[in-house]
Amino acid sequence: MANLIFFYFAGIIVLTATLVVALRNPVYSALSLLVMFFHVAGLYVTLHAEFLAAIQIIIYAGAILVLYLFVVMLLNLKREERFHQQTLTAALLGLVLFGEAVLLLASRPLRLSSMSASSEPNVASAVGNTESIGELLYSTYLFPFEVASLILLVAMIGAVILSKKGLLESKSS
Amino acid sequence: METGLDLLTAYLTRYAPILLFILLALAFGVVTLALSYLVQPKYPEAEKLSAYECGSEPFSDSRIPFPVRYYVIAMLFVIFDIEVIFLYPWAVTFDQLGLIGLIEMMIFIGLFVVAYIYAWRKGALEWD
Repeated sequence: MANLIFFYFAGIIVLTATLVVALRNPVYSALSLLVMFFHVAGLYVTLHAEFLAAIQIIIYAGAILVLYLFVVMLLNLKREERFHQQTLTAALLGLVLFGEAVLLLASRPLRLSSMSASSEPNVASAVGNTESIGELLYSTYLFPFEVASLILLVAMIGAVILSKKGLLESKSS
Repeated sequence: METGLDLLTAYLTRYAPILLFILLALAFGVVTLALSYLVQPKYPEAEKLSAYECGSEPFSDSRIPFPVRYYVIAMLFVIFDIEVIFLYPWAVTFDQLGLIGLIEMMIFIGLFVVAYIYAWRKGALEWD
């Protein structure tokens, strides 16, 4: 049962991730990415990471995907006319990633059931996923949390500066 | 090993209502479309099948480049969305965190207020 659920989510993730790069229409790619995000969230649920699953849907499916769609609309991508074939780079990167996965799987015997049932499910279910994240994030990981706000500040300034530059250029031209 | 599997199955059973909800939502869309497709009278004409654009003739492709302003708004939305996500576990554990938790969240929000004022002053929120 548990294996079945894992293989369903993993299979759909692999399938839709392949479709994202294989489909010629960028809007279809984005929609396929949406399906992938939802299934990744489902995988998080089986890993007892419920808060992460909710974030996966809210941030990735809700916000990041909108960004992707806007990029597609912004660049006015039509079918395949702007695609570059990068077979060599892709093959090298894929080889590296594949080797990494093989190493990870070889160093530890593969046990799906123990992987999906987290090592301490009792702790997580007793306190609640969000509570345990909150307690850790705002005490032990206080500094990374504040750094995250700085990074977001930088991202926002970058976005404003870049878009302002684009606006000025489009006005002058 | 076996207990772990049982635990997982019991845990996932709690998600049955959500699964049911997803299935119902999907079925609603599919059934509505399929039913209207089956029931509708079909007298296709060239004029009827053309894209409807408020009664006027469509004059160009719908895939036109969008203004960059939409992208800025989306970017700002993502950033503030992440801020709100950070607020949620903080609000849940507010009792345990105490004064320090309040102070650190005020620093966090303070930085976002700086970002917000910056975006406002630079005119990123204006549409002109």
